[in-house]
Amino acid sequence: MSMTITEKILARAADKAAVMPGENIWVKADILLTHDICGPGTIGVFQREFGRQAKVWDRERVVIIPDHFIFTKDEMSHRNVEGLRTFAREQALPYFYDPGTPTYKGVCHVALPQEGHVRPGEVIFGTDSHTCTHGALGAFATGIGNTDAGFVMGTGKLLIKVPPTLRFTVNGLKPDYIMGKDIILRIIGDIGFEGATYCAMEFRGDAIAALAVEERMTICNMAIEAGGKNGIIAPDEKTLTYVRARTSKPFTPLYSDPDCAVAKDYTYDVSAFEPCVAKPHSPAGYAPARELKEVKIDRAYIGSCTGGKLTDFIAAAVILQGKRVSVDTFLVPATQEVAAGLATEKINGEKLTQIFKNAGCLDIAPPSCAACLGGPPDTFGRTHAKEVVISTTNRNFLGRMGSGDAPIYLASPLTVAASAVTGRITDPREFL
Amino acid sequence: MGNQKSKIGNRQSKIIRSLVYVVGDNIDTDQIIPAQHLNLVPTIPAEYRKLGALALSGLPADYPPFVKPGAMQAEYGIIVAGRNFGCGSSREHAPIALGAAGIRAIVAESYARIFFRNAIATGEQYPCETAVNLRTIFHTGDEAEIRLDREEIVHVKSGKVFKLKSLGAVMPVVSAGGLFGYARKTGMIAH
Repeated sequence: MSMTITEKILARAADKAAVMPGENIWVKADILLTHDICGPGTIGVFQREFGRQAKVWDRERVVIIPDHFIFTKDEMSHRNVEGLRTFAREQALPYFYDPGTPTYKGVCHVALPQEGHVRPGEVIFGTDSHTCTHGALGAFATGIGNTDAGFVMGTGKLLIKVPPTLRFTVNGLKPDYIMGKDIILRIIGDIGFEGATYCAMEFRGDAIAALAVEERMTICNMAIEAGGKNGIIAPDEKTLTYVRARTSKPFTPLYSDPDCAVAKDYTYDVSAFEPCVAKPHSPAGYAPARELKEVKIDRAYIGSCTGGKLTDFIAAAVILQGKRVSVDTFLVPATQEVAAGLATEKINGEKLTQIFKNAGCLDIAPPSCAACLGGPPDTFGRTHAKEVVISTTNRNFLGRMGSGDAPIYLASPLTVAASAVTGRITDPREFL
Repeated sequence: MGNQKSKIGNRQSKIIRSLVYVVGDNIDTDQIIPAQHLNLVPTIPAEYRKLGALALSGLPADYPPFVKPGAMQAEYGIIVAGRNFGCGSSREHAPIALGAAGIRAIVAESYARIFFRNAIATGEQYPCETAVNLRTIFHTGDEAEIRLDREEIVHVKSGKVFKLKSLGAVMPVVSAGGLFGYARKTGMIAH
């Protein structure tokens, strides 16, 4: 029977020859990811249901990456990280990336693939809705709640429904001013905030193949903003090169059959795409950036699992080199690896760190989720009043970055950087 | 939590009669429980109750308060909502905050996937679906009766009855008290 990549991965994980969309199946988890926000509650469920002395089903497969509320004076946030620390010690977990130590990484969805925990063909459950990011490497990855995660922690399995697939074929020659963010914001704008609810979103085509792995991550990362269960891109040589550089564990890539059935097909020509934003308060609030040039902004934000990768900072630096920002510009590299890259990567012989400094950006913050989701009041970059923000992050919900009076425009790092220079929403083509 | 686990499992009558609180489309998890409160851990009883007091505190200011200032729970037991209720984050704090506030059922036109799943897995409330817009019928403070066995909701004052979609495969999980109850009942995990 012909299957999609998503169906094939789930069939393998369920020890079945084939699965159909809508079927409820028990699947084996290859990785369970959690962090400081949902980890404590997940552990609470695990210990309540399996007992205080219970051991996790496979300590090699439980990955804990604290990242949300790290650089704060909030005592409860520190208490929660301490709880994770205790659990990791009791369970002898090899993959606990401890804040305040050299093993600390930063944002889980960038750290997980960087540390080699994402492998094509595998099943990843994470207590975070942006777990769908990891489909960019050809894995089935989806966000779950604490109760489901507590169940996985004890059993290594979860009962899930096989999603129907929406297939997005993006062809054409991608212009330099278009990024993965523009592609996914356009798609979400077209299908709507709930256009992919319960569905797998599979992305393919020349334009997807031409993207770097990190840019593909931006696309899959935002599948959840259309309600998708998972985003996925078939692995290719770029994927395999990325993965093999980061793990020696074996894996088996899987691919959609050429004649597989999908619920719906969408086809795009990327050469016609424009730099865009999502207007407040919906990621589906698509508008070309050039149509909003009257909108003044108070701050620019570059960071998060969506827009805080090295490729994102390189794009921003291309715009900012030799220019000055006119609004407060916050830079939060997703992980330590990204932060290290800022100090080594150069454009025209100038390091990114120097480009940002010369442009007048605020001092680069240490890696974490920071203001992407607001957080405790002392969080770096968090809004407190009526600041108008343009951001490379994933959500522009009411109050998402802290203040309910602070509207958020989502955009690519190119568009965010161009807007930071002018102080209004700006199409990056004005600077390229 | 004992109260968390037993909330649905102990319900014999399959009838929920309560005041309703009405919200619009796309009520996201940041509106249900703003991120700054995610330092609360739902499995700690005092923090579970505090999540209830903070439920829906991220709604726009033109909504009436869901939980009155100083109160720990809402006076409502049912939420009537539009499309895509619970979109956004996987935070289980969302259905838990609503459950801790006293919400036993939600009747929405559609749900975001993870919220729907979390409501079922925790057993915090029944995520019922309606094919029609009930927000023109029900207003915040109206009394409603949900008859789960008959898959209907009644607007008590007018006596009007509206059909709910079948909970289908969700029903055995919910009636077992959530994911763990269901897994034990079906032999997936030991008792």
